[in-house]
Amino acid sequence: MITRKRIRVSDVILTAFIYLAAALSVCLLIGIIGYVFIKGAGRVDFSFITSVTSVLKGTVGIAGNILNTIYIILLTLLIATPLGIGAAIYLNEYARPGKIVKLIEATTETLSGIPSIIFGLFGMVVFGTVFGLSYSILTGSITMALMIMPLITRNTQEALKSVPYTYRQGALGIGATKWYMIRTILLPSAMPGILTGVILAVGRIVGESAALLFTAGSGYLLPRTAEGYFNKILEPGGTLTIQLYLSMQKGEYEVAFGIALVLIVIVLILNALAKAVAYKFTTKK
Amino acid sequence: MQLTSQKSFSIIGNRKTKTRVEKAAQIIFFICAFFAIIAVFAISIYMLIKGVPALAKVGVAEILFGTEWSPTASEPSFGISYIILTSVVGTVAAILLGVPVGVFTAIFLSQVAHKKIAMMVKPAVELLAGIPSVIYGLLGLMVLNPLIYKLELWIFKDSATHQFTGGSNLLCAVIVLAVMILPTVINISDSALRSVDPSLKAASLALGASRIQTIFRVVLPAAKSGIITAVVLGVGRAIGEAMAITLVSGSSVNLPLPFNSVRFLTTAIVSEMSYSADVHREVLFTIGLVLFAFIMGINLLLSKLLKGGDDK
Repeated sequence: MITRKRIRVSDVILTAFIYLAAALSVCLLIGIIGYVFIKGAGRVDFSFITSVTSVLKGTVGIAGNILNTIYIILLTLLIATPLGIGAAIYLNEYARPGKIVKLIEATTETLSGIPSIIFGLFGMVVFGTVFGLSYSILTGSITMALMIMPLITRNTQEALKSVPYTYRQGALGIGATKWYMIRTILLPSAMPGILTGVILAVGRIVGESAALLFTAGSGYLLPRTAEGYFNKILEPGGTLTIQLYLSMQKGEYEVAFGIALVLIVIVLILNALAKAVAYKFTTKK
Repeated sequence: MQLTSQKSFSIIGNRKTKTRVEKAAQIIFFICAFFAIIAVFAISIYMLIKGVPALAKVGVAEILFGTEWSPTASEPSFGISYIILTSVVGTVAAILLGVPVGVFTAIFLSQVAHKKIAMMVKPAVELLAGIPSVIYGLLGLMVLNPLIYKLELWIFKDSATHQFTGGSNLLCAVIVLAVMILPTVINISDSALRSVDPSLKAASLALGASRIQTIFRVVLPAAKSGIITAVVLGVGRAIGEAMAITLVSGSSVNLPLPFNSVRFLTTAIVSEMSYSADVHREVLFTIGLVLFAFIMGINLLLSKLLKGGDDK
């Protein structure tokens, strides 16, 4: 008797459900990516990426939006990375457990849970109206910086935590000051983890739309002069996602799928990059 | 000059400059950390400043419990109760649809699947989380909408009163939301299931329980708090999502029934902000405030849950 297994009906049903759910999830992913690739492939070519939409020249392109996206990524990282890393260093290395640390951790957690549209409204009112930056790439970047700061803080904290305690003791033991120890020992050791956080943050910025719609606006042109490249940060500029939304609204679905394809390729590259860095991180230990 | 500035950072630097640099570093890092507090308080205060005036002008009861939304009429009316209801119903429906699939997929990944398959599916799920929300919206509009329109035509073919939505309705938005919360639910449930003590599983199997019994009677209850966290985070993501559902949920405010054209808290803001003025704009900020209140409630619940999980 002991060798014969009785098959339970409920087991079979639940197993079927498990496989069904997994198959559904995988099919969704393949379906989403496959559909975008098939629909977008016909639209994306060299001129789509390198030219600007113009009725006069008869071109349809997203070069301006790509440039805006790059501007916003760089500006946002410029603001958020130092702040995020600094906050993580404080929480991990300086702070003693207490009310303030608890409050900082709770607010960081809260900040990462606030939906992007609220950030958009806040950015529009505070940076756009109160600070007088109106719709501009700078407004969008400051707003985005608030959004991704928690992400960078959390990843840096994780990275700092994984640096062995003996490193700190060793450095302090030979007489290094705390800042010297952080600068020369901790940060280099934690660099891959911090980098992963930054790459994830870039992914968030590339994919964001609701927070940017009300803050960075929707320009799609390339600057004409060298000076224009500098002034650009104070002018409105729509990222790829915003342009995708606007094309969708106007019913230009072909263009929308083209942009979607470009976005998915960017996301794929960023994911692979984050994986590669994280892999290096784990094998080095 | 070069030498002295170098020196102050080195181990054998002068003591006075060294302590000064140390102090400065500590203060700078503290300020960095303080930014999160400033940001959250500033956001809360500004949401209140912008959202409350309309409540006072139009009347709390009229806004929150009024059912008619006609902000641009000559006799404007600003009732957002249907909008609030839509967000609640839509989120609950998306959770009911997405969580079972997500949790079962997590069970597959962590308990059932061969290691190699799990290692292939896991990155795919992470990728799903990274896809920009507008792309989900685009696919919803191009793929899901026509299908749902066909269904709508079939169901209501004899109805004389039904207002056809062309597929842009609550049902379509709910499906898009359900797909969007999947990665969140899968990832967090998966790590919760993986962190269950393997000896519990071994004990259950040794007592003669089947593998499925072990999963559903032992592993799943042990991972309960993690899975609840996943659900709450899914709720947060669904209620706050805007761009993906703006174009698939329809364009008028109605009671949230599956085949009604509806407006969510988020989509009302996105689609009306650009042309709104005066009181209409202020009411949109009130909608933002309501959404903010929901999110804060969810955050509070989440931190309670996480704390409760730690105690065990």
